[in-house]
Amino acid sequence: MKQGILARNPSVLIFLALLALFTLIVTFGSEAYGAGFVSTSFVKTLGKTLCLCLAALAMDLIWGYAGILSLGHMAFFALGGYLIGMWLMYARTEEIVVAALAQDALPATAEEIRQGIATQIFGVVGSSDLPLVWSFAYSLPIQLALVILVPGLLALIFGWLAFRARVTGVYLSILTQAMTLALALYLFQNDSGLRGNNGLSGLQNLPGLGDVGQDQLSVWFFWTSALALAGAYIVLSGVVGGKFGSVIRAIRDDEARVRFLGYSVESYKLFIFTLTAVICAIAGVLYYPQAGIINPAELAPIASIYLAVWVAIGGRGRLYGAVIGAAFVSLMSSLFTGGRVPAIDLGILRIDWVDWWQVLLGVVFVLVTLFAPKGIGGLFDLALHRRSPDRKGAPLGPEDGSLQEKEALE
Amino acid sequence: MSSILEVSGISVSFDGFRAINNLSFSIGPAELRAIIGPNGAGKSTFMDIVTGKTRPDEGTVTFGERSLNCLRMSEAQIARAGIGRKFQRPTVFEDQTVTENLTLALKASRNPLRVLGWRRKLIDAERIAALAAQVGLADQLARKSGELSHGQKQWLEIGMLLAQEPRVLLVDEPAAGMTLAEREQTTAMLVDMAKTRAVVVVEHDMEFIRRLNCKVTVLHEGSVLAEGSLDHVTMNPAVIDVYLGRG
Amino acid sequence: MRLILMAVALCAALMPLSLRAETAAAIAAANAAKIEKPSRQTIGPVIEALVASGDPMAAAVLQAWASKGLGLRKSDKAFFLIMPEGDGYKLTDLTGADAGTAPKSEISELKPNAGVRGLIATALVQFTLSDPNPAKRAEALTSIARDPKTEHLAPLRAALAGETDPALNAQKARLERLLTLRFDPDSAQRVTAIDGFGADLGIDLRGALNPLLATTRLVATGDAPPAANIANELSPGRDLTEADAYDLLVAANLAPARLTAAEQKAALAANIAGGMVGGIPLADLSDQTARDRAYTALEQAGTVPTAATSDEVTAAVAAHRYYDVYAEPDPAVTGAAKAALDRITLKQGAMEVVDLGLDALSLSAIYFLAAIGLAITFGVMRVINMAHGEFLTLGAYTGYVVQQWVPNYTASILIALPLAFAVTFAAGVGIERLVIRHLYKRPLESLLATFGISIALQQLLKNIFGTQARPLTAPAWLDGALTFNDVVSISYIRIAIFVLALIFLCFFLWLMKRTRLGLEVRAVTQNPTMAASMGINPDRINMLTFGLGSGIAGIAGVAIGLYAKVTSELGSDYIVQSFMTVVVGGVGNIWGTLAGASMIGGLQKVIEWMNPSNTLAAQTYMILFIILFIQFRPRGIIPIKGRAAGD
Repeated sequence: MKQGILARNPSVLIFLALLALFTLIVTFGSEAYGAGFVSTSFVKTLGKTLCLCLAALAMDLIWGYAGILSLGHMAFFALGGYLIGMWLMYARTEEIVVAALAQDALPATAEEIRQGIATQIFGVVGSSDLPLVWSFAYSLPIQLALVILVPGLLALIFGWLAFRARVTGVYLSILTQAMTLALALYLFQNDSGLRGNNGLSGLQNLPGLGDVGQDQLSVWFFWTSALALAGAYIVLSGVVGGKFGSVIRAIRDDEARVRFLGYSVESYKLFIFTLTAVICAIAGVLYYPQAGIINPAELAPIASIYLAVWVAIGGRGRLYGAVIGAAFVSLMSSLFTGGRVPAIDLGILRIDWVDWWQVLLGVVFVLVTLFAPKGIGGLFDLALHRRSPDRKGAPLGPEDGSLQEKEALE
Repeated sequence: MSSILEVSGISVSFDGFRAINNLSFSIGPAELRAIIGPNGAGKSTFMDIVTGKTRPDEGTVTFGERSLNCLRMSEAQIARAGIGRKFQRPTVFEDQTVTENLTLALKASRNPLRVLGWRRKLIDAERIAALAAQVGLADQLARKSGELSHGQKQWLEIGMLLAQEPRVLLVDEPAAGMTLAEREQTTAMLVDMAKTRAVVVVEHDMEFIRRLNCKVTVLHEGSVLAEGSLDHVTMNPAVIDVYLGRG
Repeated sequence: MRLILMAVALCAALMPLSLRAETAAAIAAANAAKIEKPSRQTIGPVIEALVASGDPMAAAVLQAWASKGLGLRKSDKAFFLIMPEGDGYKLTDLTGADAGTAPKSEISELKPNAGVRGLIATALVQFTLSDPNPAKRAEALTSIARDPKTEHLAPLRAALAGETDPALNAQKARLERLLTLRFDPDSAQRVTAIDGFGADLGIDLRGALNPLLATTRLVATGDAPPAANIANELSPGRDLTEADAYDLLVAANLAPARLTAAEQKAALAANIAGGMVGGIPLADLSDQTARDRAYTALEQAGTVPTAATSDEVTAAVAAHRYYDVYAEPDPAVTGAAKAALDRITLKQGAMEVVDLGLDALSLSAIYFLAAIGLAITFGVMRVINMAHGEFLTLGAYTGYVVQQWVPNYTASILIALPLAFAVTFAAGVGIERLVIRHLYKRPLESLLATFGISIALQQLLKNIFGTQARPLTAPAWLDGALTFNDVVSISYIRIAIFVLALIFLCFFLWLMKRTRLGLEVRAVTQNPTMAASMGINPDRINMLTFGLGSGIAGIAGVAIGLYAKVTSELGSDYIVQSFMTVVVGGVGNIWGTLAGASMIGGLQKVIEWMNPSNTLAAQTYMILFIILFIQFRPRGIIPIKGRAAGD
């Protein structure tokens, strides 16, 4: 089966080869395993970028292929981060507490350890009890299962409600945005059980691996992220390359017509919504240990919109476009906001990129939407002389008639 | 005569306007039927109701030998049960190839997980090739359907309908925008299709209907005004009055 | 009893008249010994005499006495008001005349003890309460109201009769009732005072009633309730936890203190002997039951004090009864106070509902203003303008800039409103011409493009105006609030915003129903193709609509800026609510927007009211509600009706 996919999509092979090459370069350039010209913090940045690429893949699947502009997928990303962060923080605190209690004359009881952990973690929000949501934080396997289950279930329930009511188009975008906002506001509360706006921190320290340096850990995470990205790329190429991909693209272009072909459009949307939510959650699981900290601001609706921006700039409707867009924009973003680009002096106005990057990004984004709807990916088409069908001026997306119809449909 | 699709006593109002008024209609398992009527007679709304897009305020729609209640089914379920619909404008998936379009329509499980695992087998390829040949698109299989001409799109859509293997086919103005030769071909195909299934054709063009040579139902103000052969209904004074007489 | 009291009060009121002749100096001279070495028991009559003298100097003398400003010249035992000056004192005799200076050694400073000072202070209250200056009297009333004491009651009653200012008189009378219900020795008087207030909503009344109902926890051995004013009996497990109950027992010395885990651990650690504690190996002590066993063993060996185990705790808790007891011993008073508080709570509840309604109304008006522009553009053009929030911000900043040039707040707001409209109208038209026009039929892309504009604009505003909040000051006549009573009030700014929303509603209705533009807009909304064939230029209509929507956002921005902080993020705080309003209300109809705004605003206030500590949670629940609401009304409260909606 894999053979078939690779044969049908030569771009997958190229992508995997490039990713492997990139991974090798970073590994041999890293401080831990190579020449050291890639600093540990830059390895982390690159590893995080790979995770963002993974999330962008999911976004491309749901938006570029299925035409559902979800403005809530970073919520699943952050949710994944929170769920793994709970274990990381719990297990790490447990190590510290056990070490501290070992100084006592008596061996510690389980209750003492629990109490110690709770005080350590929740002292900052003025509590010393372990909230219910932390019930399974002690166990890595359970928490890993929750990483899939919680965002998956949330997406399933939300999607079921939204798609069942045939909420489509901009309505759905706004609704997903509202969902993200609701979740973020909930997490901002101190009594949400997730430390309010303090969030979870110290996630870069892996429990049990205290004596492994960050330089090594960063490379390990980089590898894992690359592996996850490669795996997701292969799987998603299979999904979009086959009949399923054909169906979801058809749903994007004319939902009503697909319905009259006998496909339960809602089930497909629900499937894609949930699948992409889980992919985002996995990306978040890999991202936040590299970032070291997670707080509710990560769920802000704007984060999800940026995800859409990456995919749009990279070129939606093609998987490599999403990856390119996410990598390009997020790296540029850290470059520009990191103050490493010299300011431009225009006499009356000094363009300091830390302040002006967002303006540039916004303008570029508008220009891309207007003049290059295919994004960076469109350049590949130019290079390959691939033309899209001439539709005599018909719009790219659903037809105008069907759009009106969809929006007003009950 | 047993009927495969039975519509009885349906009414529907939009914002006070009664688009369908106590309409009853039935068609046999292998019958060709034409529906005519002036603009606003309720032809499209009728098709919307049968295919599940619009819910009637009252009345029943039953389908098949087991008398499935269509009003409790979603559009997709109705389509799966065997009611196919062709829209007025050609609606094919322009960004996909002819093969992909036909594959989408091919009778197979519509369950997402089954679709995910679906792999084209030889028999599917043969079926697609046969369908394409039937609608004259055999050498266009690899092309994106957006590149096809208007007539070719119409054909492709008919091909997709055939691939669905429906038992009842609702066809909305199939001849619109076609050349004379294409019309003739369409007529032949509709008549041919009606040998094995029920075909309902909504059409304005009297000439076209005459060529179909079938029973005609005249709709007016949301209910059946007359029914019978074309000659029979065109002589009906009420029909002449509302439909032809004003001219 | 009451008669006697009244007589006393009457005497107190009349005394100044009868004893006017005597001067403060004479009284001081007559009672020199008592004043020099005052005691709480004996000094009363002297102070009363001073108070009753009517001498204007009496107040000054008392004041000085209480604050170590009265001195005794050792040579002739004469009293002076003293003021430290250089090494000595500046002297003023008790008639107010200057008496030169004296070195410190000649004067002994009088230092009355706290009890005496209290008596003096109380006496002084009466002076200030009858001070000829009304401001002084009001000040005295306020200070009593802030910290009422038993001693204030008599002077207050005494000062009641002489009051000429009607407002102050009412205030005094009210304060007298409040003091009566707390401090009057006569229970019936107090009950009358309490009942007299009815369901008065004053915070001062609640402040007076609440201490009457203050309770303390009491433990009683045996079944008989203690001889006290019992509020209610508490049963452990239901009204109070076992731990709390046991703590009460420990506090009442009825049971030994419970051993905390930490204490137990310390005790065990202190008694490690050869790797064992109480015969149990150290390694086993990672378990609470093992630790308990070890401790019991140590207890039996007598090495550690006895401490209650959990069984003993349970038994001890069960053997006692627990009561909440009123500090106020009189059940009649507590009963009346409770009844009064219940009445007040009920009335307050009703008033809170009214207040909530007002709050919801003003919030709805804000959401309506913020959302109406969005609804227009979405309804007519099917374009969700993500930059709408930035137009709000732009409007608010326009107001700020105008205030930099026009210092008069009223004038500046009057200029700012149309100017904000003009600025955002121009911005809207510009964006429509440059961007949106090319993206019709691609709603998701226009959503994203406007989002791009939004981030660029937001950062641009941040670069220009900085991150800190800029003031947009409302004119003085909008300060303050329209207050109906202690519960129901609404600020004038909110009323103004409400009025503004009403004006917009009317303006919009007029525009849509009575003007050519409105007709054309409605035509384009319903069927753009048909409208175009009727000679309406949809391009122009779209441009004007987008400009109009943006312009209204600018005005809304000025209104919001008047009471919210004007920062570059002002808009993003309102944008999601505005979206929600449009989604819930349904598009294409101003009434839908109104209904949506009312629902979102009302709902948010109701949820906040149910969970007042947490506005964040309120928003979370509201969004959840909206997601569910969409299930039942996917097209909003007032959807586009008719066939046009279906095809």
